[in-house]
Amino acid sequence: MTDLRDALHVAKTTDGRLVRRPLSPHIGIYRWPVTMLSSILNRATGIALTAGTLLLVWWLVAAAAGPAAFAGVQAFLMSPLGLLVLFGWTASLFFHFLSGLRHLAWDLGYGFAKPSLNPVTWAVLGGTALGTVVVWATAYSKLGG
Amino acid sequence: MVEQVKIMRSQLGRARGLGAARAGTEHWIAERVSAVALVPLSVWFIVSLLSLLGAEQRDVAAWVRHPFNAAMLLALILATFHHAQLGMQVVFEDYVHGPQRRTAIVLAVKGAALLLGLLAALAVAKLYLSPDFVAAPGTPTAPSP
Repeated sequence: MTDLRDALHVAKTTDGRLVRRPLSPHIGIYRWPVTMLSSILNRATGIALTAGTLLLVWWLVAAAAGPAAFAGVQAFLMSPLGLLVLFGWTASLFFHFLSGLRHLAWDLGYGFAKPSLNPVTWAVLGGTALGTVVVWATAYSKLGG
Repeated sequence: MVEQVKIMRSQLGRARGLGAARAGTEHWIAERVSAVALVPLSVWFIVSLLSLLGAEQRDVAAWVRHPFNAAMLLALILATFHHAQLGMQVVFEDYVHGPQRRTAIVLAVKGAALLLGLLAALAVAKLYLSPDFVAAPGTPTAPSP
């Protein structure tokens, strides 16, 4: 034993031998299952959407303030940075929405069996991509096309 | 086994109060209830935003003056900020250590969510109560699309 932490990892087998308890490998060596990715993305998109509420507040407050303030928001939203932020917001919303539906289904006891976990999670990712593309294609055809 | 017990407090007494959060069921349910509310509200909001693409301030004001839209916006604001602060609370409880610091940050998050939500709601109220655009006599009205 060279480290104090080792003391916590010592156990006795049934025949009384001292052994080291097995340790989980560091997360860095796992092949990421898609459910691990979606779990982290659910939290990340939740944080992103919370930040995005600032945009909603700005948009509403500017609309209430008058045409000049509203034009300022519109100018930002149509700038390259604004479009990037809006695109990220759309994708985050679709992911968090679909992933949230998946969580609600789990809470009701559906879809938590191993065979359905991965397909459903891939469907959430696919639905996010599809929804984001549909919304932006609609927006593009309305504004640019 | 029994003669080895040297602590006179009961097992329950030693464990009581040592749980991770001391509470949580109400938080968990509130997070789900607000999530369910946000399902129709977000769909409505995305569809509305697409219909408002390229809108000017007076178009947005006219849209908010419709009672249904104003009510849906207020519901969206309430559910969004309620859900966001519940989620951010969990994030900070996970990553911020030390009860004082954690409590301070969680309270700050809740306060910020409350203020931003009130700000957004006031903007909606102002737009809802704003007078309808009345063209001065002799001004040509915009052709209806």
